[in-house]
Amino acid sequence: MDSAQLLIILATAITTATPLVFACLGETLTERAGVINLSAEGTVMLGAMVGFVVAKTTESVWLGFLGAAAVGMLVALIVAYGAITLRQSQIAIGFVLALLCSDLSSYLGNPYVRIPGPTVPPAFPIPILEAIPVLGPLFFRQGDVLVYASYVLIIGMWFYFYRTRAGLTLRAIGEQPAAAFVRGHNVVALRYLYTLIGGAMIGIAGAAFSLDFKAGWSHRHTAGYGWIALAIVIFGGWNPLRVALGAYLFGILQSLASVAQSSIQDVPTQVFTVAPFILMILVLVLTSAGWLDRLLGYLPVTPRRALMRALRTAPPAALGRPFEQD
Amino acid sequence: MNSTIPSQTTLPWLWRLPALVYRSGALIISLLLIGLIVLLSGASPIEVIGRMLVGAVSTPDQIGRVVATLSTLLLCAAGLVYTFNAGLYNLGVEGQVTFGAIATTFVLRLLYPEEATASLLPPPLTIALGILAGALGGVLWGLLAGALHVYGRISEIFAGLGLNFAATGVAIYLIFGPWKRPGVASLSGTQPFDESLWLGTFGQTEATPVGLGLGLLALLITIVVMRNTYFGLRLRAVGKNQYAAHVLGVPARQQLLSAFFICGLFAGLAGAIQVVGVFHRLIPNISSNLGFLGLLVVMLVNFDPLWVLPVALFFSALNIGSLQLPLSLGLESSLAGVIQGLLVLFALLGRGLAQRYAAS
Repeated sequence: MDSAQLLIILATAITTATPLVFACLGETLTERAGVINLSAEGTVMLGAMVGFVVAKTTESVWLGFLGAAAVGMLVALIVAYGAITLRQSQIAIGFVLALLCSDLSSYLGNPYVRIPGPTVPPAFPIPILEAIPVLGPLFFRQGDVLVYASYVLIIGMWFYFYRTRAGLTLRAIGEQPAAAFVRGHNVVALRYLYTLIGGAMIGIAGAAFSLDFKAGWSHRHTAGYGWIALAIVIFGGWNPLRVALGAYLFGILQSLASVAQSSIQDVPTQVFTVAPFILMILVLVLTSAGWLDRLLGYLPVTPRRALMRALRTAPPAALGRPFEQD
Repeated sequence: MNSTIPSQTTLPWLWRLPALVYRSGALIISLLLIGLIVLLSGASPIEVIGRMLVGAVSTPDQIGRVVATLSTLLLCAAGLVYTFNAGLYNLGVEGQVTFGAIATTFVLRLLYPEEATASLLPPPLTIALGILAGALGGVLWGLLAGALHVYGRISEIFAGLGLNFAATGVAIYLIFGPWKRPGVASLSGTQPFDESLWLGTFGQTEATPVGLGLGLLALLITIVVMRNTYFGLRLRAVGKNQYAAHVLGVPARQQLLSAFFICGLFAGLAGAIQVVGVFHRLIPNISSNLGFLGLLVVMLVNFDPLWVLPVALFFSALNIGSLQLPLSLGLESSLAGVIQGLLVLFALLGRGLAQRYAAS
């Protein structure tokens, strides 16, 4: 395999991972605010169905995305109302919604199965940037506007999290909601806000499948991707850059799998979808039980600090816990 | 753990209705939504419900399939009663069913190799060993999730989800690799077992006395354990407040691992029954998603095993009845899942509303 071929595989991986990037970032935003939206699997699928149906009937791809975002928000609203206002288990409500929305997409989307529909028009390489060696062909000759949008989202979200005051507040309501409340922030309202925006992004991820990267609609069109997104958020340690990297890593695995399939015919590609979960469990084992700290303890001080910072992945401290404001 | 004392101070008295009003209100809304969704698909709700009822009970074959579904569902739900009462969301139940089924298939293939013309041991003994292996496989997968949770301090939700995919991965690998059918490997599963290894059925139906017996027995044991034993009490104590239970001398780790053990055991049995009683081979989706449906059942009954049987029977009937919809009305059978999901979702919301707003 020469370097040009490798570059093509990597560029394809970035393309295939793009819908996943939207879903993962939406979930990251939600979880950073302290809410787990476990409905991702169903939300992606329902978003894919609604996006396709809206785009088909209105003949506008962009209205399709809007519809998918609205559906994602609606599902997230139920999660938020049940979890934040009624203080019920976020896991229970999210899980029921994951199953419910998957089945709903199959039931209501039945008349639209395997019919041609509109797709996102192709975009052009980005001038100037495409001329950069290696990075140009890798990132900027993608020919898809959603891929470019995902770059903006990744970097924008990272900037928002770590370089803005509002981002600091967002992280605070996920880590120390009581402290944020004392400082005058409306924890409940902000958690609603971020859960809804995150939900919209997860819904958009669905439409990105059905209107672009896996165009069309069929039963269980996006099966598995929502669960994978949840795993990648953990793998990426709730940091937008690393979460995106995790999604790309999964994309690479997928493209390698399709390359490998021609040579190893015995193993179906489904086996490779297991990989992110195994990685997630390994990361969780390493980070939650303090083994990573022990391992790093053998290193000299200077690289240890840098590595610790790079590898440390602690979930937001108040993740999944309701906040008692009164 | 958050306190569950509802805050009622900010509410006008008008909102403070009896809890029953909130709960039945939520039920009515879910029924209206079900009707609305059926209308959206261009069908009449009355006709659809009629067809589903008829589709579940009109022939012995259909009743048999309801009973077969019920048997597996009861085993899963009974196991989940333990984990839920211990405060665990054992989403890994699907993987426990799948790995149980893999273990059963392994033993059956061992005792009845492909090239053989008869089982090495008497068939009933072979089946019994296969079922036992299924239980052990489920326990192994359950304890793996339990160990990750208890010793690795990993959320049981993600450990379980990950292990679900891992179990399915193993099943698909085996179906396409070492256990592939002579000729072409396909997603339709391994070569069916010889009929001597099939569980006996009620007449010509799919329902097996052994499956139903195991399901009912598991539920009965669970009801007794949860209501009348010190073990059940300690399990609930750990579930309500792990720290307080620990302070009062309840060994929390041991309780949590036992819950995973028992749930894995029952789920593994469910997987075994799916192999020897229902499919007679290993297929990728061997659980038929009944593990996840078990989670819905136990959530709907608020973890009380006494109500599991009627709800599980109703859900099984919905599953089988909905299979008639594509044939007779051109609708998708996933309506069963929509109905089940909406009922459980609104039960949860209604419970939350009652806790938060109801006058006590």
